[in-house]
Amino acid sequence: MKKFVALLLMLAMVLCCAAAMADGIKVGIINLDPSESGYREANVRNLTETFTAENGYDATFVTAPTADKQLEAARGFITAGVKYILVSAAETTGWDEVLTDAQEAGITVFLFDRMIECDPSLYAAAVVSDMRQEGETAVAWLESLGLEEYNILHIQGQLGSAAQIGRSDPLTEKCAAEANWTIVREGTGGDSWDPNEARKIAEAAINAGEKFNIVYAENDGMADGVVAALDAAGITHGVDGDVYIMGFDCNKWALEKLLNGEWNYDGQCSPFQAVKIDEMIKVLEAGGQIEGLNDLNQIISEEKGFDAKTITQADIDAYGL
Amino acid sequence: MKQKRKAFSGIGQLIIPLVALSLLILFNLFRDPGFFSIGVAVNSSGNKVLSGNLISVIDSASELAIISMGMTLVTAACGGQDISVGAVGSIAGAVFVKVLLGASSINGGIVVLGIIACCLATIAFKLFNGALVAVFRIQPMIATLILYSCGRSIAYWISGSATPQLNSPIISAMGMTIPGIPVPTPIFAVILVGLLLALLFKLTNTSLYTQTVGINQGAARLNGINPILIKLLSFVILGVCVAVAAVIGVCRMGNLSHKTLLVDIEMDAILAVAIGGNNLGGGKFRISGSILGAYIIQMLTTTLYAMNVPPVNVKAYKAVVIVIIVVAGSPVVKSKVTAMWNRLRSGGSTAAVQKGVRG
Repeated sequence: MKKFVALLLMLAMVLCCAAAMADGIKVGIINLDPSESGYREANVRNLTETFTAENGYDATFVTAPTADKQLEAARGFITAGVKYILVSAAETTGWDEVLTDAQEAGITVFLFDRMIECDPSLYAAAVVSDMRQEGETAVAWLESLGLEEYNILHIQGQLGSAAQIGRSDPLTEKCAAEANWTIVREGTGGDSWDPNEARKIAEAAINAGEKFNIVYAENDGMADGVVAALDAAGITHGVDGDVYIMGFDCNKWALEKLLNGEWNYDGQCSPFQAVKIDEMIKVLEAGGQIEGLNDLNQIISEEKGFDAKTITQADIDAYGL
Repeated sequence: MKQKRKAFSGIGQLIIPLVALSLLILFNLFRDPGFFSIGVAVNSSGNKVLSGNLISVIDSASELAIISMGMTLVTAACGGQDISVGAVGSIAGAVFVKVLLGASSINGGIVVLGIIACCLATIAFKLFNGALVAVFRIQPMIATLILYSCGRSIAYWISGSATPQLNSPIISAMGMTIPGIPVPTPIFAVILVGLLLALLFKLTNTSLYTQTVGINQGAARLNGINPILIKLLSFVILGVCVAVAAVIGVCRMGNLSHKTLLVDIEMDAILAVAIGGNNLGGGKFRISGSILGAYIIQMLTTTLYAMNVPPVNVKAYKAVVIVIIVVAGSPVVKSKVTAMWNRLRSGGSTAAVQKGVRG
């Protein structure tokens, strides 16, 4: 018992010291594991570079891959008395209780990258991507090519995921509406967006003698898998090639392939939400109101589509993951 | 007569996979006579390469075939499976890429060094699994669950970035085709690993000892075989197989994606071992069965892709076929079919005798 009390006292002392030392805005950031993907890696980096002591913050970062660890971290932040909590949730449900507690404790919550299914009043704003917008941008780019025929090899991501649905729907709708737009083959890289599976699908399509002039792959890895199959079969691709290659996510290596003219298009999925959240916190701190929210309290990240003909090294440095 | 019977019972285990493979081939021939046609294409590097569905199947199944060989041994010796092969494969890929990118330029020597480093890493991780299984007698699935769940994070930690790229003609030669040789390189890797294992079994008693340990560990020990050593050996061999498969996987894509390298391959490898007629509870085994199993799985996948099955349905179709194969190979169905066959062949009077001979 004595030991326990001593431990508690020590903990309290450490916490007091920590509180006394820090004079920035206290922020607790809950994210997913950076090893998840290039996207997450860039996302974590962006947050750590933005919420620094020089920028006036006292930020604590937690990266946890599962919902229970994330909830635990959120409760910890409430107890520690942070002013803001930023969350990219592993699961969309199960947050109501914690978020209500946070609200009662006077903590402002921001969501980034991923939405949570709860009352929008529980968070100040959600900075998210609009996957459908990404798909529409890509399809609009395709249309701007003005080809006579669009014969598309469509490689989908994890079926049912927000990214897959958002990126697939505009294309399938367009193909249903236009006579010269055809999806000659449709396949999926499965739950892990597997490039190797994409390669096999492309190989089967080539072996079956299917003629396609567009590869619409829903992420960079799978586009790369298809390109491996095209290379093996000696089918040219890219700016001077027979087949247009389209990917999503804007990984650095993929944008470099655009710059080299091996691919044609890459759609951005922006992980850079930190700056926007930083701006909003500064507004709140100055006593202002956050503006430009939709009815779900969302702010949609601005996302670009890069064309191999216009991309520059500066774009790669700025937007590559 | 006795000799003939013995030969027949030796191949007995392979009947189901052979029949399954033939049916798949027949189905494809019936569906599209051109399915197996092999053509010559010129790839993007200007080399002549063989192309066609058959080449695709044999080429794409390479990683799976290699890993199922190792998985067969672990299954036979330990009576359980290693479910961490995909995750450890990802670690192997990360080590390989780390070594190659650490050098100023990628040349033959550095690639060999990378492969050696990669083998050492997988052997170390597999020995960890092996120690848990053999020394601490933990259920293989539980023991290997540890690396299954954290292996890909370790791979990320080693490689340090999400998708490191390897751009070198050596890498594409290893993953695709060597200039001047029209056959995809991974196929040679399968043959090489297969030959090495065959040689090992021919020159040593590994195969016999592995079966003995798998059937009855106590009896093996009483006969002077060290079960711990045999089990560890099976994990070491699996480790080498995983390393080779990982190098193929990395070279195929020319980059390392730690999340997707050899993803879900453990499930397919276990399946290949089962389709090959091996007892998943350990004991007798046939590596050739597992290799057949691997090609059956790939043939099935390629068939479904060639048929342009909607993506949502691919897995369901695959599952149906696999259930049929596994049920057909189950002991109950097998003994029923054998009994029926015997009755048909020799009539009621000699059926009892036949049954006795077949045991």
